Amino acid sequence: MGGAKYAAEFELPDMAHAVLVQSTIAAGKILGFDLIAAKAMPGVLVIITPDNAEKLHNLKPAQQKVTYPLLQNADIKFNGQHVAVVVADTFERATAAAAAVRVHYRATKAVTTMDQAFSESVTPKNFSNGRAKPDSQIGETSPILPSGTLRVEQIYTTPIEHHNPMEPHATIAHWSGEQLTVWTATQGISGAQKALSSLFGLKPQNVTVICPYVGGGFGSKGNTWPPAVLAAMATRQVNRPVKLVVTREQMFTSNGYRPRTVQRIKLAANPDGRLLSVRHDVKTQTSMPEVGEFAEPSALITRMLYSAPSIGTSHRLVQVNHGLPTYMRGPGESSGAFAIESAMDEMAAALKIDPIDFRLRNYAERDPTADLPFASKALRECYAQGAAAFGWEKRNPAPRSMRDGHMLVGMGMATSSYPTNRMPASASVHLTADGSALVRSGTQDIGTGTYTTLAQVAADELGLPLGKVRTQLGDSRLPPAPVSGGSMTSASVVPAVQAAAQGVKAQLFALAISHGGFQWQSVSPDVLTLIDSAVDGPAGRIGIGQLFTLAKIKQLNATAGAQPAPDANDYSKHAFGAQFVEVRVDPDLGIVRVSRWVGAFDCGRVLNAKTARSQLIGGIIYGMGMALFEETRIDRNTGRITNANISDYLVAVNADVPEIETIIVDSIDPISNPLGTKGIGELPMVGAAPAIANAVYHATGTRIRDLPIRIEQLLA
Amino acid sequence: MQNFSITSPSNLPAAAAAGQNSDTAFIAGGTDMMQLLKNNVITPSKLIDLEKLSLSEIKSENGVLRLGAMATMADVAAHPVVRQNWPAISRALLLSASPQVRNMGTMGGNLLQRTRCLYFRDTGFACNKRAPGSGCPAIPGDSRDLAILGTSPHCIATHPSDLPVALMALDAELELLTPEGTTRRMSLSKFYRLPGTTPHIESNLEAGQIITAVILADQAIGRLSTYLKVRDRTSFAFALVSAAVALDIEDGLIKNARVALGGVGTMPWRVHQVELALCGQKPSDRVFELATLRIGEGAQTTEMNAFKVKLAQRTVVRALQAISA
Ligand SMILES: Cc1cc2nc3c(=O)[nH]c(=O)nc-3n(C[C@H](O)[C@H](O)[C@H](O)COP(=O)(O)OP(=O)(O)OC[C@H]3O[C@@H](n4cnc5c(N)ncnc54)[C@H](O)[C@@H]3O)c2cc1C
Repeated sequence: MGGAKYAAEFELPDMAHAVLVQSTIAAGKILGFDLIAAKAMPGVLVIITPDNAEKLHNLKPAQQKVTYPLLQNADIKFNGQHVAVVVADTFERATAAAAAVRVHYRATKAVTTMDQAFSESVTPKNFSNGRAKPDSQIGETSPILPSGTLRVEQIYTTPIEHHNPMEPHATIAHWSGEQLTVWTATQGISGAQKALSSLFGLKPQNVTVICPYVGGGFGSKGNTWPPAVLAAMATRQVNRPVKLVVTREQMFTSNGYRPRTVQRIKLAANPDGRLLSVRHDVKTQTSMPEVGEFAEPSALITRMLYSAPSIGTSHRLVQVNHGLPTYMRGPGESSGAFAIESAMDEMAAALKIDPIDFRLRNYAERDPTADLPFASKALRECYAQGAAAFGWEKRNPAPRSMRDGHMLVGMGMATSSYPTNRMPASASVHLTADGSALVRSGTQDIGTGTYTTLAQVAADELGLPLGKVRTQLGDSRLPPAPVSGGSMTSASVVPAVQAAAQGVKAQLFALAISHGGFQWQSVSPDVLTLIDSAVDGPAGRIGIGQLFTLAKIKQLNATAGAQPAPDANDYSKHAFGAQFVEVRVDPDLGIVRVSRWVGAFDCGRVLNAKTARSQLIGGIIYGMGMALFEETRIDRNTGRITNANISDYLVAVNADVPEIETIIVDSIDPISNPLGTKGIGELPMVGAAPAIANAVYHATGTRIRDLPIRIEQLLA
Repeated sequence: MQNFSITSPSNLPAAAAAGQNSDTAFIAGGTDMMQLLKNNVITPSKLIDLEKLSLSEIKSENGVLRLGAMATMADVAAHPVVRQNWPAISRALLLSASPQVRNMGTMGGNLLQRTRCLYFRDTGFACNKRAPGSGCPAIPGDSRDLAILGTSPHCIATHPSDLPVALMALDAELELLTPEGTTRRMSLSKFYRLPGTTPHIESNLEAGQIITAVILADQAIGRLSTYLKVRDRTSFAFALVSAAVALDIEDGLIKNARVALGGVGTMPWRVHQVELALCGQKPSDRVFELATLRIGEGAQTTEMNAFKVKLAQRTVVRALQAISA
């Protein structure tokens, strides 16, 4: 067993186990339960249904409001909705009893697919948490276009996709007096503390959330989803600690998904390859309003990606009897890039202009919709370096022109971009006499290497060997930090750690000057440095330990916060990239395999080359999954997911993944944050799917506009 | 999962006798059984483990190959005689599942693997195979992976295993032990049953009967054989369409041909009309294409799985090209 301990792995004395029961209809009402058999089974402690569930308080505004289904009424709004929680003394007994729970329903007509309600779309109420408007327009809505204008007008679709992190959602909840402690798999312990305290009517300080490690989240652990709340509810009913682990099947209806999108793109360009107008109209699936709202912001990327005199976008929602969608790696950008970057490829083909050249002719020097300068942008370098490494010049532009034996070879590319986000964060640093430091912050490591990068930054700042710095994360009693989402953890938390370390350093320098002896007294702190666990200056060197002895102290502490600079809003802040891919397509059997990949990224300063590469290749592989494999399938008659397991929900396996070359172009963002980082978690996924679709077009001459790309679409 | 007990008898008659009771099931490698139990698809109260019955021998004698029912997929795939004389069998196994599953999965278990039909495996749906008479939501539903041959209005579940497709092409026989203690032989072509009105009855194996071995006698047809599997990803996925083909070529002419399909039938599917069309011909792309034209004869397709007809044809052509090149 590894050293990392995940939420479900904590052991508390006398722990009981809770198992969810989920609905098998998509819409209607629960008429009643038959619990006689289940209650009589060995070890069963309680069965919580809407009849005996604790009444919860209102949820105070949160990132995404998730309050359903919490067993507060008998309504059914989607197939797979939680309807009961069975608590027993062992997991096996709870599981067996859960299977014996019988639910009687009155089913009503359900909207099981977007198509059924496509024309009844609504405008999002809380689009992008209010940070952007659903619609945008610069220039004329329908500009008059000269004759000779080339047009591309197509519809692109992306299916429902599920995050499927390796670690399922899991919570252990424990009440002691007025104090609720939960160990839970979350991308945001602060958010979980807020949500749980407000739902149970507690003061935030009465809720402690602990999450030392997360086994992948990809957005599915950004909210406090119902299972965590139901575990806390169960614990109150049985008066003992309760563990609730969501099964893989239940993961498909318990913690969000990327909704299906139907995106219409209209491009107009003059024969020289200058875009005259761009339109991107998005319809995406959301749940019924009682369940909540989420709008996949697919067209945001089109607002800033290319320069054109007329750029218009819109987002509309189609309400379906499914669970609540949520953020999933590159939310908006991943699905939106598939549409806009496929359409750009179609236009380049229509113009007979090289796809990179076409993009360069429409290069945005400023963000056209926000009308702001970019904080930094090295996309030209990404195109150039990526193309050189890939050997783009060997591409014969004609579709179906390149072969390797029997196989058709295709080369495709696409642009990537993702916003550079940052939020206020805080951290503390503690230095002890033996020259070891402890960094503490209420952030969480979602598998991205936050423990390592924070320790590195503190070690650098304090002149300590990395082995002398420990990091403690994932506990709501630590200095607060934001949700680990939007690729902003490093950008937000690292400056706080840096500031706290600087605080400790300043105190050390002051001590050296005051306690170092006569020669030190006139030294200015500005000329001092911390190297090899010692203060170094014109008056000599004093080791940290010696200084602590002289000053008769045991510890130095500093806590610091860091927030976005006030002028940050004067810029449009984005990371960029260029994806290059080669595919082989079997012309008879329709099989597509990716054979080569080069991704070049403008992602700002890199804090750790290994963790950065790991994010880049991980994102690219996630994008391969999106292009070729991933699709949550729905039975259209019942609204029930048919492939709710990872044997039938396909993701890329090792045999699908070729060598991936990643290039990080030299670029430091001087504006977005003091470190010059731009965020790296989502960027590499964006553009991966359209690059593959464009390569498939180049290989076969067939344009695939509906993901995932399937054999049957290519069986000519 | 419901509570069950498990016993491991050490002799065959005891195992067969115990297996006769309803509510009892055999367990071999457990790779399919465990999933069915966990998902409450089946709820036997007693399992009989076949592990201690010494059925895992692989033996080749006088041109006859005998694969013990408990021989693992990994061992059979790697066996030199299998690889040399019956390459289609080795290929079919190597393209199945993953190394971990192949190390556990057995011959008998693979032949009796239950369908991967998504409706069968989720008790939240009706299913005539799991709950006879409850209906088949798969036909009007998500039928992409499901069968086009041998279907009935009650069930279109695909037989999921790769191995029996190759075995079917190579005229394998099964050796069975009855609860009365007698050994019988049954041709694999007589083993599986079409769904008809009783999709829950999948084979002619009777209660308590144990498969003890798979037997291959006809070497002439095995040597020039292969197995080709088309699936959505490169590894660890079931077949959309697969083909086991074998040719016996004499003086440049096809003397004997075998073609069986996987992924398209409610049972592993021999296509005799294609075999007949190949016999007597000189192997060529044109001959293969013409011979496979009628491959989808009798197919009942849905909008979602209609592509399998063309894919099956192309898969067989490709497999034939591979062994005749
Ligand atoms: C993720 C995954 C992917 C897979 N992919 C593939 C694939 O691509 N292709 C493929 O072919 N298979 C695939 N499989 C299935 C796998 O090959 C089967 O599960 C395996 O072959 C079953 O063998 P077993 O010994 O584990 O059988 P068990 O699970 O032990 O038993 C299966 C059935 O056979 C019966 N049985 C077993 N032995 C005997 C006997 N001697 N006599 C009578 N009855 C018997 C049992 O009662 C039970 O009903 C996959 C499985 C998994 C889990």
